[in-house]
Amino acid sequence: MDQIIVQILNGLDKGSAYALIALGLTIIFGTLGVVNFAHGALFMMGAFCAVITSKILSASHKIVDETRTDFLGNPLEVDTFYVQEWFGMAAGQTIMEWAVPIAILFAVPVMILVGFAMERGLIKHFYKRPHADQILVTFGLALVIGEIIKYTFGANPIQTPAPPAFTGSLDFGVFLGFEAQTIMYPYWRLVYFFFSAMIIAGVFAFLQFTTFGMVVRAGMADRETVGLLGIDIDKRFTFMFGLAAAVAGLAGVMYAPIVAPNYSMGLDFLVLSFVVVVVGGMGSLPGAVAAGFLLGILESFASMPVVIDVLPGINQIIIYLVAIVILLTRPRGLMGRKGVMEE
Amino acid sequence: MSKSNFTRRGVMKTGAAAGAALTLPTYLRADGHAGFTNAPGDSEVVLGFNVPQSGPYADEGADELRAYELAVEHINGGGDGGMLSTFSSKVLDGTGILGREVKYVTGDTQTKSDAARASARSMIEKDGAIMITGGSSSGVAVAVQALCQEAGIIFMAGLTHSNDTTGKDRKANGFRHFFNSYMTGAALAPVLAAQYGTDRKAYHLTADYNWGYTTQEAIQSSTEAMGWETVNTVLTPLTQTDFSSYIAPVLNSGADVLVLNHYGGNMINSLTNAVQFGLRDAQANGVNFEIVVPLYSELMARGAGPNIKGILGSQNWDWKLENELGAKYSGTNAFVQSFGTKYGFPPSQAAHTCYVQTLLYADAVTRAGSFAPCAIDEALSDFEFDGMGNGPTLYRGSDHQCFKDVLVVRGKENPENEFDLVEIVEVTPVEQVTYAPDHPQMGGAEASLGECNNGA
Repeated sequence: MDQIIVQILNGLDKGSAYALIALGLTIIFGTLGVVNFAHGALFMMGAFCAVITSKILSASHKIVDETRTDFLGNPLEVDTFYVQEWFGMAAGQTIMEWAVPIAILFAVPVMILVGFAMERGLIKHFYKRPHADQILVTFGLALVIGEIIKYTFGANPIQTPAPPAFTGSLDFGVFLGFEAQTIMYPYWRLVYFFFSAMIIAGVFAFLQFTTFGMVVRAGMADRETVGLLGIDIDKRFTFMFGLAAAVAGLAGVMYAPIVAPNYSMGLDFLVLSFVVVVVGGMGSLPGAVAAGFLLGILESFASMPVVIDVLPGINQIIIYLVAIVILLTRPRGLMGRKGVMEE
Repeated sequence: MSKSNFTRRGVMKTGAAAGAALTLPTYLRADGHAGFTNAPGDSEVVLGFNVPQSGPYADEGADELRAYELAVEHINGGGDGGMLSTFSSKVLDGTGILGREVKYVTGDTQTKSDAARASARSMIEKDGAIMITGGSSSGVAVAVQALCQEAGIIFMAGLTHSNDTTGKDRKANGFRHFFNSYMTGAALAPVLAAQYGTDRKAYHLTADYNWGYTTQEAIQSSTEAMGWETVNTVLTPLTQTDFSSYIAPVLNSGADVLVLNHYGGNMINSLTNAVQFGLRDAQANGVNFEIVVPLYSELMARGAGPNIKGILGSQNWDWKLENELGAKYSGTNAFVQSFGTKYGFPPSQAAHTCYVQTLLYADAVTRAGSFAPCAIDEALSDFEFDGMGNGPTLYRGSDHQCFKDVLVVRGKENPENEFDLVEIVEVTPVEQVTYAPDHPQMGGAEASLGECNNGA
């Protein structure tokens, strides 16, 4: 029983990431009709916003310490951090340690701008092209972004730790009556789950309860009619692309302490997120979220040693197996709408 | 009326034969004048450096490439000469190899066996490389070694730690300076027993490819011989980034030690997840829970950050070796000085083994007086040398594996600078890590080098 609870918890944080990426993908597909294979790269760029923020906050200059020597026997150059000089040792240390939450402030405008630039600069030229062309150009873009990141930051993952207040694990089992240390769950993963839930709720609220959101939903349902009413729907859709980029970026920023960012993390998530979108139903926002959590939890269960012992390799194909079963029984996905990608 | 000798059938036969001859790889053609593949001209000789320049081990590959360039510079008489001044063999005089200037070409293995073979094949066929060296993955090393054997080219392995490279997949044209999984087990197990006791229960997470298998086998057998019990062994996909599903069940498995048979990004991520899930702070079976990383690397330690502190593992070499343990490990400081002056930071163990392999090749050719692979095979087999940073070393003839001391290291608790990440816990003497050539972990009695191949 305890192992089942552990894997459900594990699936929740992975599912949160899938859900956030799939949400952005669905927004872009629903508004602009574009299959954006560069969306995983946006997630990765978000994670690297955390890395960059951490590096900026840890910026330092060298002071030569004549009493010590470096590995070549020369006087040692010691790093002195600017934030500690400006704000004092303790405050400066705290600022550096809280780099990931602070990175949210940096990532939101950056990712919205990246989204605008991507949509206006490249993707808008492919609106009337076949989906295959869109996939090729966005996938190519994802590869280019990945290589730029690797050239700049190297190939190895870069540790971006959570603030000290959120390191360590919660003894979750104690709350459920289990013995101590039976179900341990890292604090930051709980933070990630609740953060994702807030972002998802915020996006839904924005679309559901604001005039802007209402127009966007109307445009998703019938773009032509909304245009005939004199509303510049293209501008709103461009904004939605920026919003989707920001959602993917935020998912990446907060994921950085869970898995150390590296240049290929976008592609790792991209394919699975597309499966999530298809299983949830193309164009369905609730479907994307539900399928994200469902497949995240299933993937966790499939990675349990007892399951792998019985079905070796199942952990690597479970998501695709489930996708096949769901698409055979419900061809439009869990919550797919009639008419989407069917003309 | 003259009668033509050309017939339709004759033309077709001749054309087919000519076409077949043209499509035959160049290294399979007879090289009558020299008797071996890619015999160099009188002025220069080309070496092929096949390293991961992209993919998950690109950082290791970049450091290997720096070392190769430094070695070429020293062999050609440039720089401060590095280890040439400490190497026990004195035949290299800075005039290249047998009077020929050393040139090099580079290839990108992408850490994929097929890409690595294609890259090596291109360097042999198009660039005329006479020796291929490199790698940062045992899968790649085994694949490229087999290609070199077939082509009649010497392969000087870079960073490859799997037993298979000089075990069941050993080849007469292949040579490895780096240590292997068996040696890690033999060196690490006594230290683990001394530090954590002999009544321990281990849980292995293992990368799902040949290096992972041989490392798990080596650690498992050596720790069980010390009294440890293995509770479970789980294979993890090489592409895995989030190991939480694999880590979460460990604490309730009855184990009190987690062995991470992971390397590079895999190890950085699995260790990070293990720390996140509180394993470092946990207690199990009445003792502190411990984590072990059998194969260390400085680049990995840098990536893992503070999570690596206090964790035991093994290394082939460390840049602090001579300073901390004396002149027995001479060559270390000479190499660190050369490398550090040129690049601004100390070399990794990947860089060290690649630099040494290049010098050893140049030395073997010079002593043999020939670039022919079989002559080099003879010169390197059972060659004993010193002054290359590892102390007295033997290149054993029966499997082409170097035998030397092995380092047991630990992540440093209070590093003084960004390069001071590991501390040397113990140097295991070579006698303790030496094994019979037909050891079961090395392919048993059936494993054989085969015949050396000159190619022509």
